[in-house]
Amino acid sequence: MAGEEKPPAGGTAEKVEKPKEAPKPKLEAVDASEHPWVRSIRAALPDTVQSAKQFVGQVTVVVKREQIARVARHLKDAEDFKYCVDVTAVDWRDRQPRFDVVYHFYSFSKNDRIRVKCGVGEGEEVPTIATVFLAANWCERETYDMFGIRFSGHPDMRRILTWEGFHGYPLRKDFPLEGIDTGAAVYPEEWPDGGGPPKDDPNRKVVS
Amino acid sequence: MSDDKISQAEKDEAAYFAERAKAQASAAAAQSPSASGTQDAHTLFDVQEMELNFGPQHPSTHGVLRVVLKVDGEKILEAKPDMGFLHRGTEKLFETETYPMGIPHTDRMDYVAAATSNHAFCIAVETLLQVEVPRRAQLIRVILDELQRLSSHLVWLGTSGIDLGAVTPFWYAFREREQILDFFEEYCGARLTLNCMRIGGLPFDLTPGWTERLAEFIADVPARIDDYEQLLTDNRIWKKRTVGVGVISAEECVEWGLTGPILRASGVEWDLRRARPYECYDELDFVVPTRQGGDTYDRYIVRVQEMRQSVRIVQQCLAKLEPGEIRGKVPRVIKPVAEEVYASIESPKGEIGFYCVSNGTNKPYRMHVRPPSFINLQALPRLAKGHLVSDLVALIGTIDIVLGEVDR
Repeated sequence: MAGEEKPPAGGTAEKVEKPKEAPKPKLEAVDASEHPWVRSIRAALPDTVQSAKQFVGQVTVVVKREQIARVARHLKDAEDFKYCVDVTAVDWRDRQPRFDVVYHFYSFSKNDRIRVKCGVGEGEEVPTIATVFLAANWCERETYDMFGIRFSGHPDMRRILTWEGFHGYPLRKDFPLEGIDTGAAVYPEEWPDGGGPPKDDPNRKVVS
Repeated sequence: MSDDKISQAEKDEAAYFAERAKAQASAAAAQSPSASGTQDAHTLFDVQEMELNFGPQHPSTHGVLRVVLKVDGEKILEAKPDMGFLHRGTEKLFETETYPMGIPHTDRMDYVAAATSNHAFCIAVETLLQVEVPRRAQLIRVILDELQRLSSHLVWLGTSGIDLGAVTPFWYAFREREQILDFFEEYCGARLTLNCMRIGGLPFDLTPGWTERLAEFIADVPARIDDYEQLLTDNRIWKKRTVGVGVISAEECVEWGLTGPILRASGVEWDLRRARPYECYDELDFVVPTRQGGDTYDRYIVRVQEMRQSVRIVQQCLAKLEPGEIRGKVPRVIKPVAEEVYASIESPKGEIGFYCVSNGTNKPYRMHVRPPSFINLQALPRLAKGHLVSDLVALIGTIDIVLGEVDR
């Protein structure tokens, strides 16, 4: 499969002759604000749910940032979502708030997942859920490392994949794909190999 | 004369040890009146505590994993994994390339089980597009997945055996793995970085004679698994090194988000192939092996039994295989609706999932991986606490991490 597509709609114009097979229903998200799980969150924590939708059977709930730990606790205790699958974020760059922090929880008894999101602006902190689910610990650290979103109350808020003292957040949309110059090659005396923090940097530690 | 020398040396040594024992006893006596206070027990601790770097170039870390250990003699008080040495920004790369171009990057994550990574990526995009995969493609995908599971478990078996001093199983395991890789090579030209799936189906149909040769090979595998079991299952040294090492309960497994054989060895019968069947797993007859103990030995048993089940699954799929299409109806330019999905499958290591966010263009806006190795590695400090340094080797082996996937 060659991927020779061009970003603007160049390919579609030539292929107008063949769109006969159009019986496929249009793929759309439907409103899920009356879904039992959403209703349960709303009943337990009023004024938390901002929106809810369902797309190909996957439920997404958008909640307020300040309430996320309480929502996680409620889902774990009352709705039996015992397994925190994943925590990550999406950078929407020009949107306000800039980021979405995305959580996936799985329930063994329901055999289904729920996706919880909350919007986070630049510089804002999200309450950690690492105290609710141990599994979220490293996921939140990775999210911090890649997006610069800090989680308040996290037991160990350090970078995880890049090194301590790395500047910038690689998965933000404004981070260049080529990477950034850490200065390691140019000033080996001031910047130790690997681009760690300079010698007089108070953040510099030998053992992480 | 030389005998005299030796005996003199022995005497010296004995005197030295006696002196040292006396010094230690007097030191302990000096400590003991204050040791009754809780605070001073801690200072005694501090004196003996040592920090030890395990890796990143240690052969038993299976890649470049560094574990910073706080040890008291041989006992691990605290283990802090430090990774990222292999971080290549795969998730960033996904965002810059079209959907089909993302598949080869998934090979480089879990490089001993590339097919399942490919599969998870494709399933995520297929869920987003709501494309149906033709039946023949589904069956071949399952065959590739299970062969990959076999070969991944064989790598695990061989390397974790070698870590614990059992060198022989390694050669047997890699002999079979080599043959499986030959099948992959014949199918798609690659042995490790397979790139063997496409969105909506498969890149190629099977080569002539592939199924017959595979059937012949796979019929032979159970006997070879018996061989490995003969070397290890009742081996006294193997049992001493694994039984009771790194015990974790089912509740804790769920709390830590552990999936795959680790979860099943703790007694939770949960396998995505059974719980949320994808492709044609719902019509296949296989058992999800579980054990109750939750230690390293049980994880070994679970993996070996999983290999036997993989053989059964491959045989069933081969029997069901019929000629047909191998690609679903996928648009030439993949431009999904601006939505988000999460889809996951059971990789040899656990649940591998892709969270895919589309903004309506031909490139994913965000593609996030839920890597089983990364999440499973998180429990290493919990498993290692209180064990000996040599047990850490067993534990890293039993978690079955691939650093390419941990760091991405």
